[in-house]
Order: sequence, then structure tokens, then C-alpha cells
Amino acid sequence: MWQALYTELAPKGFLPIAVAFDSAGNEAAAPWIKAANPTYPCIIDRRHIVAELFDMVNVPNAVWIDENGKIVRPSEPAGSSDAFRKMDHTTFAIPPDALAELQAKRSAYLDAIRDWVDKGAASKFALSEEEAVRRMHTPSDDHVRAAANFRLGEYLAEIGHPQDAQKYFAEAKRLRPESWNYKRQAWALEDPMKAGGPEFWAAVDALGEKKYYPTSDDI
Amino acid sequence: MAIDIIYGERVTKGVDADTKNGLWLSAEDFKRVAGFERKPEGFCKGEQCYPVPPARKADFENIGRYNLAALAELIGQPMVADESHQVWCFGEAAENRKRALTSLEAPDFSLPDLEGRVHSLSEHRGKKILLVSWASW
Repeated sequence: MWQALYTELAPKGFLPIAVAFDSAGNEAAAPWIKAANPTYPCIIDRRHIVAELFDMVNVPNAVWIDENGKIVRPSEPAGSSDAFRKMDHTTFAIPPDALAELQAKRSAYLDAIRDWVDKGAASKFALSEEEAVRRMHTPSDDHVRAAANFRLGEYLAEIGHPQDAQKYFAEAKRLRPESWNYKRQAWALEDPMKAGGPEFWAAVDALGEKKYYPTSDDI
Repeated sequence: MAIDIIYGERVTKGVDADTKNGLWLSAEDFKRVAGFERKPEGFCKGEQCYPVPPARKADFENIGRYNLAALAELIGQPMVADESHQVWCFGEAAENRKRALTSLEAPDFSLPDLEGRVHSLSEHRGKKILLVSWASW
């Protein structure tokens, strides 16, 4: 999805940087990166460092950063939409109306990026400092405690104790239930199929009226 | 006792520590693990110093050792320990994260790609960056 946009906008000074939140590292991320074969940087973030630094709670989440290293749109879902919830949970078939909704949301997001790349700070999608700060989710004590628990779990899994890691993942999930990164990464370390299986759908369904992708209403 | 300490992005293995009533390290290890030094002003990292409350001096230092758990509590850093595998993990204080994020200055990071080449955000100054997450799961 980002390669075509990069090819189009690179001459105007645009660069996507893709960050893989994958505790299993290259082993997990390599097949996907090799298949896409992108020419922009794709980095591997085993410890979810970028998630913590920029307060990302899901994938895909994106942050817009201008030429001076300033955040002009804080973390938000990147062109995704909750319409995916209408897909069949086992066959992954998507009804036509949901598919149209997904495509419309994605197009709107790509157009917003184009507008920003063309107009810079004058783009209506480049937020004022005040608005960017207002939209920024800042971590609470529970959130940083969740991150420390997640990090300890990730470390235990890395040194060969995946079973013992789960209790720290559970604590991270309890302290920060809105982080799908914690939920899905923990499932994936247990069993790669679990992160998109019945447990995942049950957790998504349990959201009820709440959004899986709480998108901004200006794109 | 030899333990592993995760302190932010730094992991130090096999640190000699006394884990009774805190996490007591030698001055040398205290600096190596956490980057803090004991100075007259308090515990300091670079320009930033945290004064030790006089009434609680004994919680922080004892016979040439300093208590990293007490310092974490003073600063507001989360600490989680797994005693069965002897791993102590210290995170970032919420206050620091909050200050960094609301400054709107994008925090820098350095992470490898598949080939092991390290990329930093700051090396791309002058471009409009879309920093976007994904995962295999």
C-alpha cells in the first residue's frame, strides 16, 4: 500500500518508514517484507520501542512528522476502518458494502497525505500545535507500567521462557486494554494462528459499539 | 546474586545485586546499568539531579551500595521483577513520556532493517515522514 504512494510522492520529499512490531524479529517479519520488496525503510522493532515512544496501540497506526522533526498528526489508525469487522470470521469474505467502505477510507487517507505533501503546514490535515497536543494520547502511570510488564514478558520469551512471559503480558493487557499490540503480540508468541483466530474475533466482538480503529473525523 | 536488568532500552546481564529490601548495586554498576551517579546534589544523570529526601537517606544508600528500586520510585519509573528468572525491568516515567510527546518533537530511535542496517529517524530530517506500524500477526 505504501510503495505506490512512495513512488508517487518521493520526488516531493515524502518518505514512509514502516515499523514491524514483531517480538519474533526477522523470522516473523521477513516473508512479508520480501514479498512486498519495498524501497523505503522497513525496520524491525522486536521490543515495540516505537509503539511506546509514539503511543501507538495497534497496526496500522501512523504518525506524520514534518521536515523539522515535528509531529503534525499524532498516532491514529492509518487509513483503516472498522468495516473489516463485517468480514466472515472464518472465510474472511467481505460483503461488497464493507469492502467499498474500507476502500473509501483508505483513499481518503492517501489523499490527505498527498494534500499534506503538496501544501505542508497549509494543508488542513497538518494539525495546529494546539490540536496535535489535544489529540495526543499521553501515557498514565498504568500505561508505563503496562509497557514495563510487556517488556519483561518479551525479554523472558526471548531468553527461552515463553510460558513464564504470559503472566506479564496478561498484566500489560489488564493495565492497558486498548492496546491491541499487546493482545495480538502475546497471542502470536503463544501460537502464530491465534492472533487472527477465534480469540481475536471474540475480543473484537466484545468491543460492541466501541471502535477497533478509532479514526479521526477530519479524514 | 547475579541478575539481569532491563533499564529503558539498555539490558545489562549478570549484575551483582543485593535484592533484600530493594535493588542494591555498587556505585559502578549503578552508573553502568542506569547511567546515574551519586553527587552532593543527589542522583544525577547529565544535568538532571534528583535530590534524596534527607529523612529517607537510608532507603537510598548503604555501605557503598545504592538502591535502584528506591530511585525508580522517587522518579515515578515503573519497576517489574521476575524473581524466578532474576530479571528486573525498569520503564520510563509517565511524566517524562508525557513531556516528550506534548513537546511535539518526534523522539528519535535507531532500529535495524532485515539486513541489519540501522535506521534512525533523525537521519531523514528534511523529508515528510509517514511513520507507520504493521506486524506479521
